[in-house]
Formats: sequence, structure tokens, C-alpha cells
Amino acid sequence: MYRIRFHGRGGQGMKTASRVLGTAFFQQGFQVQDAPRYGAERRGAPIFAYVRASRTAINERGVIRHPDLVAIADDSLVSSPAAGVLQGLGPGTTMLINSHDTPEVWRHRLNLDATILIVPVGEEVTDRADLPFAGMVCAAAAARLVGVIGREALAAAIREELGAHGNALADRNIETALHTYDLMQDHAGAVTEGTEISAENYASPQWIDLPLENAGRAAPSIHAAATSTLLKTGLWRTMRPEIDYTHCNRCWWVCSTFCPDSAIRVNEAGLPEIDYDHCKGCLICVAKCPPHAIEAIPEHLAQAREEKAHAAKTPDR
Amino acid sequence: MRPKLLTGNAAAAWGARLARVDYVPAFPITPQTEIIETLGRWIEGAEMPGRMVTLESEHSMITAAGAAASTGVRVFSATSSQGLLYGMEMIYTVAGWRAPFVLVNVSRGLASPITLEPDHNDVLAARDSGFLQIHCATCQEVLDSVIMAYRIAEDPRVRLPVIVNLDGFYLSFTREPVDIPEPDSVADFLPAYDPESTRFRASSPNSQAVAVLGGAPYSYFRYESHLASLNALGVHTEVAEAFAQQFGRRYEAVEAYRCEDAEIIFLMIGSFATKAKAAVDGLRNAGESVGLARPRLLRPLPTDELARILGGKQAVAVIDQNISMGMGGVLHAELASTLYGKANAPPVLTSFIGGLGGRDISPEEFYEIAAITREAVKSGVTPPPRLLYTEQEYREVQKLQAIAHAERYEVGAE
Repeated sequence: MYRIRFHGRGGQGMKTASRVLGTAFFQQGFQVQDAPRYGAERRGAPIFAYVRASRTAINERGVIRHPDLVAIADDSLVSSPAAGVLQGLGPGTTMLINSHDTPEVWRHRLNLDATILIVPVGEEVTDRADLPFAGMVCAAAAARLVGVIGREALAAAIREELGAHGNALADRNIETALHTYDLMQDHAGAVTEGTEISAENYASPQWIDLPLENAGRAAPSIHAAATSTLLKTGLWRTMRPEIDYTHCNRCWWVCSTFCPDSAIRVNEAGLPEIDYDHCKGCLICVAKCPPHAIEAIPEHLAQAREEKAHAAKTPDR
Repeated sequence: MRPKLLTGNAAAAWGARLARVDYVPAFPITPQTEIIETLGRWIEGAEMPGRMVTLESEHSMITAAGAAASTGVRVFSATSSQGLLYGMEMIYTVAGWRAPFVLVNVSRGLASPITLEPDHNDVLAARDSGFLQIHCATCQEVLDSVIMAYRIAEDPRVRLPVIVNLDGFYLSFTREPVDIPEPDSVADFLPAYDPESTRFRASSPNSQAVAVLGGAPYSYFRYESHLASLNALGVHTEVAEAFAQQFGRRYEAVEAYRCEDAEIIFLMIGSFATKAKAAVDGLRNAGESVGLARPRLLRPLPTDELARILGGKQAVAVIDQNISMGMGGVLHAELASTLYGKANAPPVLTSFIGGLGGRDISPEEFYEIAAITREAVKSGVTPPPRLLYTEQEYREVQKLQAIAHAERYEVGAE
């Protein structure tokens, strides 16, 4: 059985990617199961979807724990434990990642005994955070990696999944997908079907007897005033709004009022400040600012700039 | 027609469409909403006839469903979890009306704490209502069961509403190959509803919900519903046979997988049972004689069929995806009462609770359940009920608690 997981952010087309790959497998005569896990159900929030494909009926269900292939549309998710990108990766896994960094960097960074491949993109793509059709690119690369899905089946699957949105949109997706499919030629068939867990030789689940604890601890209560201080929803952001204070006219209420997450506060000097721990990057403030003083910057560029500034400030150790 | 990839929700909607339902009272709730969205789109686009009305709550929705069914039209509705509970007063009431219709429930754990993922405490809350219950394990079974359910519900020997249950996420949002039967073929199998005496009309008033005092009439009506529910066992057998003739797919009241020569049997309901099936195959490959029994009908409970399948086995491991606070697994208790005193009842009946709120059950855990049950057979000592819960899961909860405690401290709550 092939077991494949797609990881991305809400809006990047991960559910569609799983459906395209599922339908492509199905067209090739496989039994298929595909499903999304929606998570927070918000644009930018981590989401994953998975596909099982087998030549015989599939009885396995639920989240794939030991994937043969993990396709990651956004490399900033790797460091977020909640996204679960690294769950169950082993020597038999291929990790396909949309990243500016090389496989060597990722191998070193993660100390991971898996095959690591970078999603191939054309030279016209300068910023991978803005990779168009990210989900479709991942689906096409996955289709080539498993080696049992033909070009025609992939195109037909995209048309079946996206046809309801009109031929023009399906055509653009097919063109992008087939380009990726061709770029992956050297890796065709690199991902093979994983093995089943043996009932003779398996790791015993480490069950415990759940202890009785006092209701003060065991009741599911949290106190609203501080609920989200430790949950940094800013992790969901792919684009960051930045205020150019030379243009800010200190009207103070427009951006802070429209912010749906109350992540913009006005300081004592009357200047708005963005709380980047909780700004989800919806960019409503960018659209609403009367003097156009808020700019949208790709999150990874902003972070790289911050790291550089931090390194400059930190003395040599 | 070649099978298509459909979610469990789409399969449920196809079942309603092919059953040519007249009326769909609706109210949205995750993870069910896709069903009524799909039907709404079809009705709006004139791809299917019928009328859909969005009610202001599940309470009204189930009232409308029962009332419409009492006029003699074919009714479909769907809900889940908190919605089913919100309509619970009317669940019991419309079953007492003997109003036949089909309600799909997409299982989801109950609050508190609130969740979106599945277990069976929602549908089990309706266990004693008079509704029949069919529990599905695959998307194909969802579509087929909706069609079968109308024939059983509308049969004058039964005339009770039916809940067709599917698990949230594991079926509702999961696509699998589903064979969509031809409409003509379904019309052969399920003719137009002949309501006979079920003709509640504004122009010819009668009372659909009489009040009775003194106990004796009440006992009569309640027990008649019970007898009608029991009668559905035989009707299900007939309907399943007719379905197999028409469509080539056979559904028994209890699915028995590799049970014949098995020594130990897993017993489960719902979609997680297919995981048990995979584990049975794994155990068989390792030389272990293990099988799976999956009651598809939960009300009426096919007790004779269960006793037949399980009779003479060494042990049954019951895996409950529900919990009755202060007692344990509901199926375990029901199975004990089914088997107790039977001549060749299995001597060992182990109890495991797993899959609460969608918590997954791994192949290793099924293997371990088999090993523990085999050990109980050897020693003659049945272990206490066990929650499938790992040390790592407990550590993760403790981490969440640490955050909650830090917050309480921060706001001066402790």
C-alpha cells in the first residue's frame, strides 16, 4: 500500500492535492482512500491531507502514521509541532519539501534518516512562499515519485477534480502539474509501497492506567483572560503586515478596529503596534489603512531579516 | 457504472437522492453539513425533486420530519452530536408516533469538552428511543443502508424511523470508491412509499400524539414499539436478501469476518471495525485464529445471530468507542446480557474502550488486545476493562494542563 501525506497551510490546496492524487491512482486501477484533516479551518493555519492506494481493498483508516511520502508545500511548518509534519518519518520515507534550502541543510537540521527532495520549480519562481498552485505542484511531484501514474491519468484527474470550476482553471493547473511531472523525471518510481506492521514482531503500545485526579485539575477549564498568550497563532502567517511609520498618519483606530484578532494596539504615543505573536497575516489592515502605510512582506523574508539583525547584535561566543 | 470516489457524506446524500425523498428538513452541524449542502445544491439545480426547508433548530427539524412522514411522504434528515441531543425530546416523540423516515447521524463526541471528531456516545443516547439503528463501516455501506432503511422503516410490520450512523471524519470526509446504483434499479428495489394508514391531513383531523394515563395504555403503546423493533430483524433479513439480488452486495445484521474457525473474536461497530479487519488479517498471517464480528444493526440488536456467531469461541474482546460513566463500555454490557446463560457462551469477555473523540486505534493496539485476551483464556482470569491510552498521550495532556495552570496563576485564579 502507498501511504502519502500532504502538509500545507489553509488556502494552499492540500485537500485538492490529495484528491487529485487519489483520483489519479483510482484512474490507474488502484483502490483509494483520501481525506483531509482540517485543523483550525482558517487560511494560513496548518492543514494536512492523506492518500492511501492499494491494489487490494483498503481496511486501514485514519491519519497515516508511517508515510512512504510526505509532501510539504510550506517549509515554515516543519518547526511547528502542531503541524505534525515530521510524525512517523523513517528511513523508508521520502520527504518532498518546497524550500529554498538544500536537502543537505534539511538533513543536517533535522538529523533525519529519510530521503529528502526539494520541490522543483521553474526559474521564474523567485519566492517559494508565493509558489503558484503549490498544492498542484506537490500532487504532480507525488504522482511522478510513485511511478505508477501516467501523464494522462494525472491530467484527467485534475480535470475531474477542477472541471466544475471551468476549463480555463483546469487547463492552467494541468499545465503547471505536467511541467512539475516532467521536472521530476529523474525521481520516477523513487517512492515504493510501504510494508505492513507484523503481528509477530511489533512494539507493544505503552498503555497506562489513567490515574484519578482531583476535579480541580481534571475539569477542562481554562481562564479566558489569558487563554491565547501561549498559543502563538502568528505561526499561521505567510505574509506579514509592516507599518511604515513615516507614512502612518496616527489616525489610530482604523487598522486596530478592523483587525479581527485584536492584534493591533495603539501605544501611548498614538502609534499602532502589531502583535506578531498573534497576527495571523490576514492583511485586512493592509487593505484598510487610509494612507497605505502598511505593507505586506513574505514572512520568511521578514524572519531572515530579523535573524540577521539579531546576529549583528549578539557578540561572538 | 464505474465506482466513483465519494465521501461518506456524499454517499449519504446519494442515498437520499436515489430514494427519491420528498422532503428534507435541515439544520447544519459539523461534520454533517456537507450532506444537506449537497442535497440543497441538487434540489436547487433541479437535479432531484423534493423540497428542502432549513429549520431554526434540530428540535424543530425532527418535529418537521416526523410530522411530514406522518402525512405519508418520504422524508430524509441528517444531524450529528450536539444537534441530535438538542432534538432528543422529539427523537423519542416521533418514534412514538410510528412515523417512518430516515435520519443520518454523523457520529461526533459529545461535550464537555467539546470536540469535532467521532465516537458513539451521541448515537447511543438515542439507543432507547424506538428509532432503529444501522451502523456503517464504509462509504458504500452508507449509501446502501440509506436505501435499505426506507424499505425497513416503511414496512407496515415495522413502521419506525431509522438512524443510519456513520463516523465523522473517518467516513464523513473520507473518499472511497462507491458504486452508485442506477436510479431505475433503486426504484425497482424501493417503490414509491405506500403510506396505507399513515395519512395525517389538515382536512381530516386526527390526533397523532394522544395522552394516556393509568399506565396500562402507555405500557401497551411502548411495548408495541418494542415488538415492532424486534420484528425489524426478520424484515432486515428479507430486505438484505432483496438488496443482494438487486445490487449484488449482501449485508447481514452482523458482519462476521473470518469468524468460522476463530478462537478469539473482536467485536466492534462502525468504521473502526475495518481497522480491526486489517488487524485480523495481520494476526492470521502470524498464525493466530482471530475474527471480527460487527453488529450492523444495533437496534434491534441481533442477539440470536450474535450468540450463534460467538457460540463456542474461547473469548470475545469488545472494543467500545463510547463510555457510560460509572459503568464502562455500552456494547460490552449488551454483549454480556446477550451471552449470559447461553449453553456455549464464550467463557472470557474482555472490555476495551478506545477511539473516544476520534482517538485512533493502531494495529499494534489490536494485536495487544488479542494477546491480552489470549492470556485471559489461558489463565482463566479476565482483566479489568482498559482504556486504550498511552503514556505519551498522558504526558501531552499534562503539557496542556501546565499551560492552563500557568494561565490560572496569571489571572490570579489560584
